[in-house]
Amino acid sequence: MFVIRIPRYWRSKGFRYRLEGYRCEKCGHFHHSPRLVCRKCGSRSIRRDRLSQTGRLISYTVVKSSTPLFEQYVPYVVGVVKMVDGSLVVGQVTDCDPEELREDMQVEVTLRKIRVDGENKLIQYGYKFRPVIE
Amino acid sequence: MQKVYIAGYGLTKVGEHWDKSLETLMAESALKALDYTGLSRVDEICVSNVYGEVLQEQLVLGSVLAEELGVSGVPAVRVEAGAASGAAAIRYAVNAIQSGITNVVLVCGGEKLTDGTQEESLSLLSMDERYEVAGEIGSHFFSTAALLYRMYMRRYDVKQDGIASFSVISHENASTVQHAQYPFKIGLENVLNSPYVAEPLHRLETTAQADGAAALVLCSENIARKLDSPKVLVSGIHLATDFPNPFDREDPLHIQSLAASTSSLLSMRGISRGEVSFIELFDAASILAALSLESSGFIPRGKSGEAAMSGRLSLNGELPINTFGGLKARGHPVGATPIYQVAEAYLQLTRQAGKNQLDNVRFGLVESLAGFGSSSVSILLEEV
Amino acid sequence: MTNHVFASSVTLFKKLQEVMAAMPKVNGAYIHGYGGYVPRFRIKAAEIARVWGKDEKDVPIREKAVAGLDEDTITMAVEAARQALTRAGVDPKKIGAVHVGTESKPYAVKPSGTIVAEALGISNFITSADYEFACKAGTEAIQTIIAMVEARRIEYGLAIGADTAQGRPSDALEYTAASGAAALVIGGESKDAVARFEYSMTYVTDTPDFWRRSYERFPMHTSRFTGEPAYFKHTLTALKSLLQENGYKISDFDYFVFHQPNVKFPLTVAKVLAIPNSKVETGLVSGIIGNTYAACSLIGLVRILDSAKPGQRILLTSFGSGAGSDSLVITVEDGIESKRNKAPQLDKLIARRKEIDYALYIKMRDKIRGVQ
Repeated sequence: MFVIRIPRYWRSKGFRYRLEGYRCEKCGHFHHSPRLVCRKCGSRSIRRDRLSQTGRLISYTVVKSSTPLFEQYVPYVVGVVKMVDGSLVVGQVTDCDPEELREDMQVEVTLRKIRVDGENKLIQYGYKFRPVIE
Repeated sequence: MQKVYIAGYGLTKVGEHWDKSLETLMAESALKALDYTGLSRVDEICVSNVYGEVLQEQLVLGSVLAEELGVSGVPAVRVEAGAASGAAAIRYAVNAIQSGITNVVLVCGGEKLTDGTQEESLSLLSMDERYEVAGEIGSHFFSTAALLYRMYMRRYDVKQDGIASFSVISHENASTVQHAQYPFKIGLENVLNSPYVAEPLHRLETTAQADGAAALVLCSENIARKLDSPKVLVSGIHLATDFPNPFDREDPLHIQSLAASTSSLLSMRGISRGEVSFIELFDAASILAALSLESSGFIPRGKSGEAAMSGRLSLNGELPINTFGGLKARGHPVGATPIYQVAEAYLQLTRQAGKNQLDNVRFGLVESLAGFGSSSVSILLEEV
Repeated sequence: MTNHVFASSVTLFKKLQEVMAAMPKVNGAYIHGYGGYVPRFRIKAAEIARVWGKDEKDVPIREKAVAGLDEDTITMAVEAARQALTRAGVDPKKIGAVHVGTESKPYAVKPSGTIVAEALGISNFITSADYEFACKAGTEAIQTIIAMVEARRIEYGLAIGADTAQGRPSDALEYTAASGAAALVIGGESKDAVARFEYSMTYVTDTPDFWRRSYERFPMHTSRFTGEPAYFKHTLTALKSLLQENGYKISDFDYFVFHQPNVKFPLTVAKVLAIPNSKVETGLVSGIIGNTYAACSLIGLVRILDSAKPGQRILLTSFGSGAGSDSLVITVEDGIESKRNKAPQLDKLIARRKEIDYALYIKMRDKIRGVQ
């Protein structure tokens, strides 16, 4: 608890770094983590797939109270992004002031520091969203 | 199938119990329940606690409580289903009694969040979602609630006043409750002027760190007949699950697990929603009160705020909710919370609710949620 | 004075061939994609001067770019490399090497390149290392990738310069030490190539003008010694030696880009070599983003590529303390026109400007004690 569990962080880096997850070959449903069974249709035919790298912000919040290891980043923005395939991904929205946030704004995936474990100083990197730079 | 009754309860005040341990709080509520019922022993103990292995670094709370009560030897376990653990513990007891393998079960829920920091508590509350795509990226229980809140206001084109009014109702109801964490009234402007935890969710729309323990004695009809204490019938208890993260679901604003558990519960008993006298809801964040009422079919979608402001949901309204202050004002000692909810429904149905007593109560509905309905438990209690 | 230093160094090398151990001509290494990244936060030099009681007119640049709390060399390297890959249109699985030049590695031990590679979906069968040569680590990475491509060890390679430069509070470097990244996808000959490397020349000596010892947070420097015997001597020697070797004249180039620790130094080099300012200005961005160290001259190159035309010739000369310079002749190819707009131009990134004060600056640069 309250520390970065290194093997866990390591084995989930596909989704964390690249939004690479697991899609059901039967119904098309996307899972962020490895599955043996599709959670939606029960099929056992699952393949690796990568989500689109852009999406639309459908909801957001400015976080003022945080959990441990995130205190120094307050205030930060957490949003829900609808990806091209319709999957929703929750993630931080960076490089954007709260007053610049708009529902339906286009965002793109970027890699950022998510948190640093004060104990072993491991840096956890992962996806965040940011307004598309056009 | 054996009928199951609630024959007694015991509550501690919800608050910051710096000088008491988790096991002392649990023992205190359990002894109150046993004394109230006039029992010195039970057949089984079922403990509900959520964060003991983290905050107290303590497992085997069943055995610990048996030891505290001086009844070591009795079968005792702990049940976990996130913030709905207390309801899952009751379900365990109900199943055991219904099956005929046991007659009297002590269900005791306890939590002591103040052994950790506020930041830690927030992290713990967030474990009801899948961690890799929630807690681990800086999202937490209240930020998810805030995301749903904004979606809700947008979809139904409503202002914040209605949802924020749920906090006003809870505090109004808690103002006369001895065991409540926050027994005072607040106005809508207090809610809306309080700082944001995660915009648009204000601090006064959330729950705070709390310690507390609550206990119930559940028993079979045989035993119930022998006990002098007032009884309430457990007409049904249904649990359903859903994807833990709301944004993985078909509709994030619909708690399908709760819709399923409440619908099947009412249809099994053969009553309509209109016959439910009051509801104890799971308002761990204001928006959850609205989503609960709408998902379980008591209020049309998008209309909860309107209902809250109209007075319909107040103690003297047609569908009172959170008659002792709910999670918001009575407090939310997580593992104990559903036990408080059921104990409060018991007090209503046995006419022991004091200043908060409702008239003409027959059916009380309790709805408990883990997180945003990863587990939803609906419990129907009936006047005997 | 600067001319004097330069003249003496070239006198030493009357017969360049005899002292040169490296081959200056590049055979078949092309830029296929490029990308630059500048974080959005800016602090004005005048704001730093305010805090330390200096005259706000007495500052070396207008403002500098500051990495956000969630940014570091690795994340900025990914930003720049993602653009470079997008422009190149190359399947990431075809990248055979990822080399990152930086003096601000997030980990003292643990490569940055592997994280960059995984983030971009690049093959796991690559060579990868972090290079350190103060501000010329980025061009060192380029030299390696060029050589690997020339030798046909790899089809494509990614060379990155990235830094979140550190400056001790109140030190002269604090006004300029900035954050940024630039990346090039380098590969063999192709009609889609953005530019071609023609020549490369490196000149290094042991010159203690600037250093940071292990376990130290901030670097040390030797004040004005960083100028003449360090920056100017190495920049001019590498550049002049390159011209001497390949027979090009200053007038053969359309653009010049130098390492830019401030605005004055590169303009002084231009003056010494009688280069018109118009050929220097496009690649001179330190006045508005600061000294981005290993990314510095490369960000200048990126800005030039954003507007250069096929056939135009660029002379890039980096400088890294310690000390040395890489001088590269780059000729723009036809592919630039179709690839330029596949990713945002550098000016778009610079325009995302969000000004911060000194308090937020020290928070972002982790200079507040006691914060986890």
